[in-house]
Amino acid sequence: MIKNEGKLAFVNFTAQEIVSHVRGWFIVFSLAVALLLNLLPLQGVALLLRPDFVALMVLYWSINQPQRVGMSVAFTIGLLMDVGDASIFGQHALAYSVMAFIGLLLHRRLRIFSLHKQVPQVGLLLLSAQLIMLLTGLLAGANFPGWDFFLASVSGALLWPLLPTLVKMRQRRKPDPDAL
Amino acid sequence: METAPQFFRHGPGPLARLVFFTLLSLLLMAIDTRFKYLPEIRQAIAVAIYPLQKLAHAPVAIYDQVNGFFVSQNQTDEIAHLRQQYLADQGQLQRLLALEAENVQLRKLLEAGQRAESKTVMAEILYVPHDPFSRKAILDKGSQDSIQPGQIVVDDAGVVGQITRVYPWLSEVTLITDKDHSVPVQLVRNGLRSMVSGTGEDGTLELRYLAANADIQQGDLLVTSGIDGIYPPGLPVALVSKIESNAAYAFARITCTSAAGVNRNRQVLILLPLPPIPERPAEPIETKPDDKKRGKVGIR
Repeated sequence: MIKNEGKLAFVNFTAQEIVSHVRGWFIVFSLAVALLLNLLPLQGVALLLRPDFVALMVLYWSINQPQRVGMSVAFTIGLLMDVGDASIFGQHALAYSVMAFIGLLLHRRLRIFSLHKQVPQVGLLLLSAQLIMLLTGLLAGANFPGWDFFLASVSGALLWPLLPTLVKMRQRRKPDPDAL
Repeated sequence: METAPQFFRHGPGPLARLVFFTLLSLLLMAIDTRFKYLPEIRQAIAVAIYPLQKLAHAPVAIYDQVNGFFVSQNQTDEIAHLRQQYLADQGQLQRLLALEAENVQLRKLLEAGQRAESKTVMAEILYVPHDPFSRKAILDKGSQDSIQPGQIVVDDAGVVGQITRVYPWLSEVTLITDKDHSVPVQLVRNGLRSMVSGTGEDGTLELRYLAANADIQQGDLLVTSGIDGIYPPGLPVALVSKIESNAAYAFARITCTSAAGVNRNRQVLILLPLPPIPERPAEPIETKPDDKKRGKVGIR
């Protein structure tokens, strides 16, 4: 499905909407794994380069399963992230819900592109979430954290092509008999 | 499994939902920053994500154990080194004990109040949140270990920060380098008192509002002054690293490097609270202007 996406965009696009049925628990599990990765005790450069896995996963699901993962899921996991990150309560929630909104708006258009062409657009989407976090942080009285703050968006976008392979490996192994 | 196709189900439109969630999060942020309310929701979420936080720390714990298994090779060296260190420390400790005894006697002589000994709880830094807007760290001890907000966290080199939020099994430390955090300090060299504030950058603090001609030099050690009744006196806080005095400004720009750091070691000590500071003596001056003289004498 991934390989042909560029050539047979329309066929796959409709097929994907109907066929691919992801179980609810799998989405929850993937988001939990993303949250776990975000809470890893990293330091220094690794922490600076670490992409926001939760944002990436929320974006992935809101583009590929827009009916199931939307702003409410983004908002909820954003609140979890706020507590985990000890930031202002609602900061991540706002950023993720706006990002999910843009993801929902663009999900049809994004899926026409091949995975590698999606990378810069995903980068911009992740950047939008970071910009909102920056804006709320500045409004709350923090200093500008420096340009390396945005490196997380770049690394997140670069991880994007790997994401569907990882997620779909699980799906392909066990096709849902009720899906058709 | 949905029975009806998705496109027949009409909830509120995406834009309406966006507006709703935006307003909700703005409201939450406003309540959190302005009124410092919402601890219950935070507590509940903290309990929910606690297993994940603990799990995220598992690799480090496993690494420690594996590391501990393999380092037996170096252990003979380490034991020898520690033995030497122990002897050296023991010598110093003897002197310290003697000094402490002498100090106690002198204080008794002076009828001064005993300095409070503070008890400590050891904690481990679980992780440092990737939040560039505030400097915080998460510790693995919480209200179950009788940790309270406001307690001081130190490491072997000096003050790390202050506990600001407590969850059942975790607590948040605001580091002294946080932009909104200040510590009352004193210069060891000449006893000059001031406040050192965080800058929001890693390991950097600044002394604000110190006159341009103040007696301060590069390399001066700042320790807690203890006049706030929260920080015990005498804990190292920072070293003065750079002084820029410009004639155009009334205050010098003094940058300091923190003595302690969360990047250095994972174990920290949480100091249990000091005994409450004595009540401020009653001031009869304001109530009765006639007794001005007597009131002043009373305070002395």
